[in-house]
Amino acid sequence: MNNVVKQSLAGLRAMLVLTVLLGVLYPAAVWGVGQVVARDQAAGSLVSYGGKVVGSSLVGQQWKGGEWFHSRPSASDYAGATSGGTNLGPGPALDATVAERAAAAGLDIASAPADALTASGSGLDPHISPAYAAAQVERVAAARGLDVGQVRSLVVAHTQGRTAGFLGQPRVDVLELNLALARLAASSAG
Amino acid sequence: MSDTASGLLTIAVLVAALAAVHVPLGTWMARVFTDTDRGHWRVERLVYRLCRVDPASEQRWTTYAVAVLGFSVVGIVLLFALIALQGVLPLDRGAAMNLDTALNTAVSFVTNTNWQSYAGEAGTSPLVQTLGLTVQNFVSPAVGLAVAVALVRGLARSSGSAVGNFWVDLVRGTVRVLLPLAAVAAVVLLLGGVIQNLSAPTTVPTVSGGSQVLQGGLVASQEAIKELGTNGGGYFNANSAHPFENPNAFTNLLEIFLLLVIPFSLPRTYGVLVGDRRQGWAVLGFMATLWGLMVAAVTWAEVSAAGGRLGGLEGKELRFGVWPSALFAASTTGTSTGAVNSMHESFSPLGGGGVLFSMLLGEVSPGGVGSGLYGALLLAVLTVFISGLMVGRTPELLGKQVGRREITLTALALLVMPALVLVFTGIGMVAPLVSSQMLATGPHGLTEVMYAYASAANNNGSAFAGFSADTPYVNLTLALCMFLGRFVPIVLVLALAGSLVTQRRRPVNAGTLPTHTPTFAALFVGVAVIVTGLTFFPALALGPLAEALS
Repeated sequence: MNNVVKQSLAGLRAMLVLTVLLGVLYPAAVWGVGQVVARDQAAGSLVSYGGKVVGSSLVGQQWKGGEWFHSRPSASDYAGATSGGTNLGPGPALDATVAERAAAAGLDIASAPADALTASGSGLDPHISPAYAAAQVERVAAARGLDVGQVRSLVVAHTQGRTAGFLGQPRVDVLELNLALARLAASSAG
Repeated sequence: MSDTASGLLTIAVLVAALAAVHVPLGTWMARVFTDTDRGHWRVERLVYRLCRVDPASEQRWTTYAVAVLGFSVVGIVLLFALIALQGVLPLDRGAAMNLDTALNTAVSFVTNTNWQSYAGEAGTSPLVQTLGLTVQNFVSPAVGLAVAVALVRGLARSSGSAVGNFWVDLVRGTVRVLLPLAAVAAVVLLLGGVIQNLSAPTTVPTVSGGSQVLQGGLVASQEAIKELGTNGGGYFNANSAHPFENPNAFTNLLEIFLLLVIPFSLPRTYGVLVGDRRQGWAVLGFMATLWGLMVAAVTWAEVSAAGGRLGGLEGKELRFGVWPSALFAASTTGTSTGAVNSMHESFSPLGGGGVLFSMLLGEVSPGGVGSGLYGALLLAVLTVFISGLMVGRTPELLGKQVGRREITLTALALLVMPALVLVFTGIGMVAPLVSSQMLATGPHGLTEVMYAYASAANNNGSAFAGFSADTPYVNLTLALCMFLGRFVPIVLVLALAGSLVTQRRRPVNAGTLPTHTPTFAALFVGVAVIVTGLTFFPALALGPLAEALS
């Protein structure tokens, strides 16, 4: 019994001491390094437009209206308050959800790219596939009265290949593409 | 480049990195836990003085076990109090948990499980995340490491009755292994885009006229140790699928590397500590074979499913794709980490069944920090016992006889997890309290519940997240599974260490079954797969297998 009390008291003291080291000093040190070497990343890779923060280049957003490139479906409509997926596995429930998504976006299930019909795990996927971006070019160009070739070259300029040539997948960051689109529209209007 | 070439190259780079690091890291860890001549580091002396423990005194297994339990129970009480009181502490940001959720969370993080019945964005204040969860993310793997080293000392030593000093093992594992590696990893993750700030969630107006909440937090420091310590508890609900936890394909590869690196280096530590590096190679071969098989199986299932109309992309991030999601899934379930970069419940039936099987192997492929090594050594004891019976030789491991006491302790330690999983899944299937929480019905529903209890009893923490686990009954039974699944085997492992350490090492003779040969490693793999298969085949047949065949 004496030993149990003795070891538990040592445990209590150890927890308190280690909390200072690991729960205060360590995160503070990493924070400090971040402020020096990676300020932008530490803050969340924020993106500004017209002098205001309008999002993060890492976090996807909901885009409505024909004049924007649309993101993938999301279990949380990209609200950002709580992240997560649908957790639907292959089966009738997922098929029904996919049919609803296709109807809402006016897509043909048989020909639409897979990422246009599926929600990501985070609900915050910032990317779409080059195929889904290409499928939206004509709609966006028509809605904005822009030249299709001009919009297409914008998509090509915003298509990222695999990281270091082999990691991950080719993709298009929707927020960055849409901001470039908005700048293009603003400059051609002005 | 095709997806296949990209996926294979990713795996090749990962394996090459692990192959390069496991020898120096394993050797370093062996030195950390035997370092007597160069003495203690200054910061360690300070910790010992503040804790009022004598680092020079050695403990018998009973005292060692009492220290492990005392430290862990104190950890649960403190973390529970911190979560329960977060509303009245500074920086609360409106975060709140029910008391049953708080208890579940406290047990979960202290047992290195990191099952989460709450959503990180809503359930935890920044104070709980850093002072509570980040700290347990360090000390719970350090406890696993200490127990593994105590068992190895039982095999390596041949005089006295002491298995080490828990406080020294705990502090050294933290200060010399986990902290420096985590600090480097955190900075690399930061450079890759993982956030590290003190901002509250901010609502920003979007260009298209909507609005979005952008989260803040000290994420990079927690993400690094979350993976390195095979913890897995996400800062955010979506875990490593969240762009602020895992922003790109490079950070994704780094996170997979971090969760595998210590478990795959420990066989080297074992080989060095017992004075026969070939023993370490055999254990490494065992772990790597199982990990390779699980990666191949889950990848095959998911890539096959990706041939369909939906490309297997439901629940997966486009920046990773199918191959890296399957690689992460097999690695996180094989290491008792439980972090996810894609939603396991949305996997194909065989892919989801594969990651479930990966946990049911008992977390030895390569297992959690420390727990993987002691789990594998328990199976090694079982393997020498079974092969001893087959060929009529006295079962021995490293010259230590496996007698009645040793095999009883080993068998009990190995039976705790299957008993917890099957009993609680069975109850769950008939109790409306559980079945009403399922998202799916039929075989997929059984897999959901079995996955939850397997995840808890194996201290993994990943989930088929459609299962709504945040009810008092589910929270408390899962907490019980996590506690018993962690500490009953730990006490039995320490008892085994205590029993082995008193034995003199017998010299090798013609009757000795060598435990470093490929033949033994193959037997070793066979025992793990057959034991798991025999135990869980009926349940797996009713769950994922039935779903895949229907």
